[in-house]
Amino acid sequence: MNGRAAAGASEIPGVARLERSPFQGRALRSLVLTGGVWLAALIAGVPLVSVLYLLIVRGGSRLSLEALTALPPAGFEMGGGFGNAIAGTVVMVGIAGLISVPLGVVAAVFLAELSPLSRLSRAARFAAKTLTGLPSVLAGVFAYAVVVLTTGSYSAPAGGLALAVLMIPIVVLTAEEAIRAVPRITRDAAYGMGCTRTQVACKVLLPTALPGILTGVMLAVARAAGETAPLLFTALFSSYWLFDGGHPHLMQPTASLAVLIYNFSGMPFENQIELAWAASLVLVSMVLVINVVSRLIGRPRT
Amino acid sequence: MIELTGGSRAGSVSAPPTRWDYFADRAFRGAARGAAWLIVLLLAFLLYSIGAKAWVGMRTHGVGFLIGSTWDVGRQQFGILPHIWGTLYSSLLALTIGGFFGVVMAIFLTQDFLPPRLAQVFRVIVELLAAIPSVVYGLWGLFVVVPAMRPIADALHAHFGFIPLFGSTLSGPGMAPAALVLAIMILPTVAAVSQDALRLVPYKVKEAAYGLGTTRWEAILKVMLPAASTGIFGALVLGFGRALGETMALAMLIGNSNQISLSLFSPGNTLAALLALNFPEAGAREVQVLMFAALVLLSITLIVNVIGDLIMARSARRAGARA
Repeated sequence: MNGRAAAGASEIPGVARLERSPFQGRALRSLVLTGGVWLAALIAGVPLVSVLYLLIVRGGSRLSLEALTALPPAGFEMGGGFGNAIAGTVVMVGIAGLISVPLGVVAAVFLAELSPLSRLSRAARFAAKTLTGLPSVLAGVFAYAVVVLTTGSYSAPAGGLALAVLMIPIVVLTAEEAIRAVPRITRDAAYGMGCTRTQVACKVLLPTALPGILTGVMLAVARAAGETAPLLFTALFSSYWLFDGGHPHLMQPTASLAVLIYNFSGMPFENQIELAWAASLVLVSMVLVINVVSRLIGRPRT
Repeated sequence: MIELTGGSRAGSVSAPPTRWDYFADRAFRGAARGAAWLIVLLLAFLLYSIGAKAWVGMRTHGVGFLIGSTWDVGRQQFGILPHIWGTLYSSLLALTIGGFFGVVMAIFLTQDFLPPRLAQVFRVIVELLAAIPSVVYGLWGLFVVVPAMRPIADALHAHFGFIPLFGSTLSGPGMAPAALVLAIMILPTVAAVSQDALRLVPYKVKEAAYGLGTTRWEAILKVMLPAASTGIFGALVLGFGRALGETMALAMLIGNSNQISLSLFSPGNTLAALLALNFPEAGAREVQVLMFAALVLLSITLIVNVIGDLIMARSARRAGARA
């Protein structure tokens, strides 16, 4: 390390002047590279700007109350919307949250506080890390093998399970970090007063770590809401309401915003493509709002 | 700041745990242990359920499945060589573009080019790039990137068609638009992890370089980047892992044609896209072979990710030893 620094320095010809002229070779190269880095940063910003621009222009022009509440149109039909897809996304992310949040937070307490160095904790941490890198389509394959093949139908719980597999590692790892960040002194004080470990966890650690845990949960929700691949063949799609005549039809194919965007983007009908853009605008707004709010919650207080 | 047990009842704070407290403590600790087990079991069960379903397909199709190049449900012929090729090729292309821009962004955001507050804003923007769902990138690619790229691609083919990279025209979806969108999607991963790696290098190292009279870029290129090289390499490997498993943008943009071609403009296919597109309508026999394909994808991504994590752990240990 230091050797390399010295090697870099030895190329310096001589230290006659302390100030460099900006047109001297080395200074010029530095200047050019700085310009290049700015240029690269600008280029890297182009896609985001372009995506947001198109979403607002093409999606915004089609967005209306009808688009938000109506059922998807068939083939040559005009009008229509994606109300059932919004409902389906909310229900499936809800199912995923009900599975992943309690499980993830309680497991995180074990990893961070109850027995951080045990073999089980190491294994669980490794498993969670491995699951973070799991391609989302494989979570779908898992849910397909476990739920769809057993129950014999595409359904909202199958989609919810697939999303839960993707949410669990995010919740576990962020919650563990948040609980670990609670100062040692605080928990020692609680133990010193004779609290059981459960009381320390529930009355001291979790309330203190709540902002951090919420950030993780919301990031997981934002990720799950935007996932398409795991839903394609677990929840499939549907042109009908999930709740019809007061009864939920949970064990039937369920629509979601993401799958609707995918399905409609490949259709040769202008109406459907416009709806796909409008649905994208809704989905991206949901995801970005959740993201930004979670950041505000988790921001370290000064 | 933190209220223990209802602060007003001072007496209850110092009371010994009741039998209920002991019971609750036991139960909660048991539940927590159970939850940690569930995480481990989830991974094991996931591997088992995909592996077991793939086993039948593996027995009937064997190695021929990995090196065959036709996918014909009617004749029961299945081979995934074009998909493996497409997965690796598109990910490598994406890595060269996204990796370059990701590392440059990391340098831009950590090496004092911007005032700290502005750098923070840019950092959030890069992270928001990661938050946009891949299906939206797919839609954007379909209606923006493909039309924009077509004239360029056709001109390149017309003038440099003898180079295998430009060996065909872009007739719609194809490798190049897919790889470009994929690059945008892995840029945030590479940028975030590389930033961490660069931040692990102690500031005094850079001060020492400046003290020796280096220019800003000599300090970056000859001191900071070599010092952070392990971490940056890890970032590239993790970005590659993400690219391998990315599904929707590729399913929408790559063209889904089972061919092996070096050309940037010919359509291709990937393992993830194969799964996403064929599962919804698969019969029992096809499900078996799709499970086999899923197992192959799982193995490739697991290996790449574990390598990436090991490299990151090593770079963090080294930084710890230095500090």
